[in-house]
Amino acid sequence: MSSLITKVRLKQISQHIEKGKRLDERGLHEHRPITIEEGIIEKAEGSARIYLGKTEVLVGVKVETGEPFPDTPNDGVQTVNAELVPLASPNFEPGPPDENSIELARIVDRGLRESHAIDTEKLCIEAGKKVFVVFIDVYVLNHDGNLIDASALAALAALMNTKIPNYEVKDGELKIKQGYTQLPMKSRPITVTVGKINNQLVIDPQYEEEQVMDSRISIAVNEKGNICAVQKGGSGYFTPQQILEASKLAQAKAAELRKKLNW
Amino acid sequence: MPTYFEKKQLVTPGELLAEGDYLSGENTYVEESKIYAQRIGLVDVDNKKVNMVALRAFYVPKVGDIVIGTVTEVGFNGWTVNIKSPYNALLRASDVLNRSFKPQNDELSTVLTSGDLIVAKIASYDRLHDPQLTVGEPGLGKITRGQILHVVPTKIPRVIGRKGSMISMIKQETNCQIVLGLNGIILVTGKTPEDEELAITAIKKIEQESHTSGLTDRITQLLKENEVNVEEPKNE
Amino acid sequence: MNDKHDKLIDKKGIRLDGRKADELRPLKLQVGVLPNADGSAYIEHGKNKILAAAFGPREMHPKHLALADRMVLRCRYHMAPFSVQERKSPAPSRREVELSKVIRESLEPALFLELYPRTGVDVFIEVLQADGGTRCASITAAALAIADAGVPMRDLVVACAAGKVDDTVVLDLHDAEDKLGAADVPVAYMPALNAITLLQMDGILTPDEFQQAVDMAMGGCKKIYEMQKEALKTKYMVVKDVEESEVEE
Repeated sequence: MSSLITKVRLKQISQHIEKGKRLDERGLHEHRPITIEEGIIEKAEGSARIYLGKTEVLVGVKVETGEPFPDTPNDGVQTVNAELVPLASPNFEPGPPDENSIELARIVDRGLRESHAIDTEKLCIEAGKKVFVVFIDVYVLNHDGNLIDASALAALAALMNTKIPNYEVKDGELKIKQGYTQLPMKSRPITVTVGKINNQLVIDPQYEEEQVMDSRISIAVNEKGNICAVQKGGSGYFTPQQILEASKLAQAKAAELRKKLNW
Repeated sequence: MPTYFEKKQLVTPGELLAEGDYLSGENTYVEESKIYAQRIGLVDVDNKKVNMVALRAFYVPKVGDIVIGTVTEVGFNGWTVNIKSPYNALLRASDVLNRSFKPQNDELSTVLTSGDLIVAKIASYDRLHDPQLTVGEPGLGKITRGQILHVVPTKIPRVIGRKGSMISMIKQETNCQIVLGLNGIILVTGKTPEDEELAITAIKKIEQESHTSGLTDRITQLLKENEVNVEEPKNE
Repeated sequence: MNDKHDKLIDKKGIRLDGRKADELRPLKLQVGVLPNADGSAYIEHGKNKILAAAFGPREMHPKHLALADRMVLRCRYHMAPFSVQERKSPAPSRREVELSKVIRESLEPALFLELYPRTGVDVFIEVLQADGGTRCASITAAALAIADAGVPMRDLVVACAAGKVDDTVVLDLHDAEDKLGAADVPVAYMPALNAITLLQMDGILTPDEFQQAVDMAMGGCKKIYEMQKEALKTKYMVVKDVEESEVEE
């Protein structure tokens, strides 16, 4: 827990939420303003930066060639890594990824993978030998809470503007041709995290709220409204009733975001 | 306002024990006016208070308790003592030396060193501070002879027996000095190793059969059968 | 993915290992199996074979990890190199790091963390053989190990998965179903308090199927909970038998 936030402040947040209010005047089920900028890193095949309130996450996508996994010889490879870089928060320290960044990366990865966001079958160059590998690197630049939703949105935005080079295979050799093609996509999952504070369910918790948050549940929803990944986190629990409410809430909010972002 | 158990029933953590007009006693907790078990143990109700005898628990220090511990570290102005509890205890040099401690003169490891056993009393302890020990009373201090045995701390009251009946019988019959550390460590000192072995056998039997009917009789029998030499019982 | 394999459920609704949709794999639970640990448990859940050990509450090492106002729970979920078909490197993988975290978070709600400030409880989980659903079996065993260490608990935590295989929602997926099925929903639960302490999902489910899977997993949890209580009691039963006939004191 951060020493920067006083106990009085935490109590205030918790009491506000009990009354259905938040310190920034948002409703309990309201996202902070979202701004997404696409294609800001020219050297990356795809990129996007998201501002979710004061939370800022940059995602860069690099596409390279490599070997497929032995059990999926016809599929391209998707890999997600997340860095909680020290400039994003006084609580982040340099060093190898800790459990928080690993969990963040794996939640983003699962949302994309399970919904088949990337059409990996179309990334096969030579079955069993050569495929495209899509590296999705999540860079958290400013941590003001809800890194999961921000990272998942930024990752999808980055993939949607990712270009792969045109190529042809001649005598087993890969020849890069002129021009680029859009990375083949099959689905656009949106992840919504529902936090539990003082027995109330809230959407898009900011950093200070996360310090009083009992637990959270992140739910990835595809365009059909189906659920494609779930992760509960935090040291508290949910009742089965709250899980049902959270899942309905996540579906509604995902649909709302989808409309707003035109995804 | 019912209870949900039979007397001395074996229950596990989370089992609902009682609802309504009952008080939560040892090893139980309340949630929405329901009383649940916290540990594996035997449950009983005494005057509306639901209590559990935990069959598995660790020692939590209490001011005034006599404990037996092992010195693990000689520090700058005292010793760290392992008392088989979640917290290590501290014994201050000034307590042992009975005067203020002078770092230039006093070499602490000549007084007590790591591996030494001590009998001590918990002098202070709270949530914020590790327990502090004192040895400044008769019968406390470094242990130089005898044998040590470990029992589950919750079994110590059984070894003591009602009004001390069990322990004084063992002392009498075996001619052993016995110090019961409330942290589950027991020191047995006798004239011969055979005496000590007999006392240890008796205590282990009590630990294992702690609540059986006629335990006192069986312990008496065990002690009589194995008695090496009959002496007048000492006054304890 | 799920259209490339042979049927996992036959026309009569029987699964590859002969189970019905809502049937658990055979379970075996044992408490107090490791003499050096403060508490321990062993679980066989299907072909999963997992050991869990609990140490503490004890002083935290390194000391700076201790918290002034509460106890710290640490968990390590680890797979033995020989636990899976292809040897797994013994170095902790990202999956193991994540699972260690979610397992810890599934157990924390059961503990009274405020009772023993500045101390730590360590839970070590070794998967000796994996057959799908190791995180759930690990939680079931770890909760028993903590109880066996005498650490006060609100409830035992018990875990079980449900999922979707060949368009059917089924309980307790085994390895093949986990890999080839459409979705997997592991759930950890404290039955006495009706509290869900772990919930994950991968795959694709409609909202209704998701709800059905959570309900089915909770049903499985309740059955395993009874076995869990029984396993814990068995270790202490010797004491109980003599306690019951008590007349003195």
